[in-house]
Amino acid sequence: MILAEQIIELTTTRHNPHVDPFMAMWEWQIPVYLFLGGMVAGMMIISGYFIFSNRYKVADCSCFSIPFTALVLISIGMFALFLDLAHKPYVWRLYTTFQVKSPMSWGAWILLLIYPALIANILMKPSPWMLRFIPRLSDISVKINQHPFLIKNIGVLNMLLGLMLGAYTGVLLSSMGSRPLWNTSLLWVLFLTSGLSTAAAYVHLIAKNKEESELLAKADNGFIVIELFIFVMMFLGLLSSARPHIEAAELLLTGAYAPAFWVFVIGLGLVIPLIIQLLAVNHKIKHTPIAPIMVIIGGLILRFIIVEAGQYSHWFNAHLK
Amino acid sequence: MPRYGMVIDTKKCVGCQDCVVACKTENNIPEGYNRDWIVTEVKGKFPTVQMEIRTERCNHCSNTPCVSCCPTGASHIHEFGGIVLVDHEMCIGCKACVEACPYDARYIHPDGYADKCTFCIHRVEKGQNPACVEVCPTHCMYFGDLDDPNSEVSKLLQSRKWHVNLPDAGTEPNIFYLI
Ligand code: SF4
Ligand code: SF4
Repeated sequence: MILAEQIIELTTTRHNPHVDPFMAMWEWQIPVYLFLGGMVAGMMIISGYFIFSNRYKVADCSCFSIPFTALVLISIGMFALFLDLAHKPYVWRLYTTFQVKSPMSWGAWILLLIYPALIANILMKPSPWMLRFIPRLSDISVKINQHPFLIKNIGVLNMLLGLMLGAYTGVLLSSMGSRPLWNTSLLWVLFLTSGLSTAAAYVHLIAKNKEESELLAKADNGFIVIELFIFVMMFLGLLSSARPHIEAAELLLTGAYAPAFWVFVIGLGLVIPLIIQLLAVNHKIKHTPIAPIMVIIGGLILRFIIVEAGQYSHWFNAHLK
Repeated sequence: MPRYGMVIDTKKCVGCQDCVVACKTENNIPEGYNRDWIVTEVKGKFPTVQMEIRTERCNHCSNTPCVSCCPTGASHIHEFGGIVLVDHEMCIGCKACVEACPYDARYIHPDGYADKCTFCIHRVEKGQNPACVEVCPTHCMYFGDLDDPNSEVSKLLQSRKWHVNLPDAGTEPNIFYLI
């Protein structure tokens, strides 16, 4: 490090695995989990909104297929999280306590609540293959559908838990003052918006209802614009903060992670799909699955870059004045 | 209730690593892992350069991000002197505390739990010094109660200039370096 033409050189004899020469404790499992968590959060918000706003009455509403996919995705995410644990036999310890100051403890409990909310959503209209396995589900479904008030609440519950899940994936990282890149209170907004954007892209891809697909493409364009705006705000915040935060922002803007960030996250993950989708919703070109797929992959790469670069970003010892 | 801390005289530390070896032996630290280590810091503009050698470890901070982030309560502040510890049987190895420590003082033990300096609590409870303090050939390390104004550590902090590591990180470390 060079400060005002003075050199500060630190040499350490420590060489702990995955800690030195720089932090690399969290590997692929965490970004995969954060990505899936964010996308499922977005799916729950969209599906919950469809239910809440009575769209579910349209026969081919995707709010009946989203929750099952979300259930599978969040389970894969939780499995990735489990794979990351170094002391696996003790995983049950998560559920013998609630640590109010620990975002991870909040997350563990939120994840548990998500299952009943998604299952309630599925039970509103189980797929034919589910009914083949468990015919009794149709009775439950009939009962649920007799109570519009209950249905509205299932929608609200899904939106609320989706919001909590999406926000928590960001707070998990941003609560760590030790890693300057993560230490911005905008991170949860970024992850939530990215989650909504990838979920909208997914629903746009799979929606059977033309109008719904179009609606989601428009919504995704909105989310992408907001996400780009959040990036600007986040970098402005970091760049006007302390030296470690400035260096953390530079890691993404001009440093080691810049090529991946600009090409895969901003370019291929946001700007190009935005242009394609803007042309599509304005009927200049036909809708193509390429744009939403790019958005989804961009969301995954975003989590990888934020987790890796964030671990790399650090405080330096500036005590010698 | 005491609040334990360490005072390390950087004017006396020569970086011999005796403290590192003592810790590894006392606490049976696996090969390739360190609970304490030596940092050499060179600063200045040639030919006017300054060098500081210091032994580092978990700072047993008063404001502990490693404890707040722990989802199981495995990371905790022990009632005995405010020493920051990990309960191995409660740790799930989620690594959150390793990430949360701005000093990178923690690591994941090959057996799966988070591990770090314990101030040799098993010795301190018996009235002995931590192993590193005990073996230092230059006697550059002092261990004691920071809340007791008459303790050796408190007196040193009153009479000498000192610094802590990464004060800007806000963790309020309890290891002080005399300069
Ligand atoms: S040095 Fe790190 S591990 Fe030790 S108490 Fe402080 S924050 Fe926690
Ligand atoms: S690794 Fe263990 S001690 Fe550290 S935060 Fe996770 S459960 Fe707590």
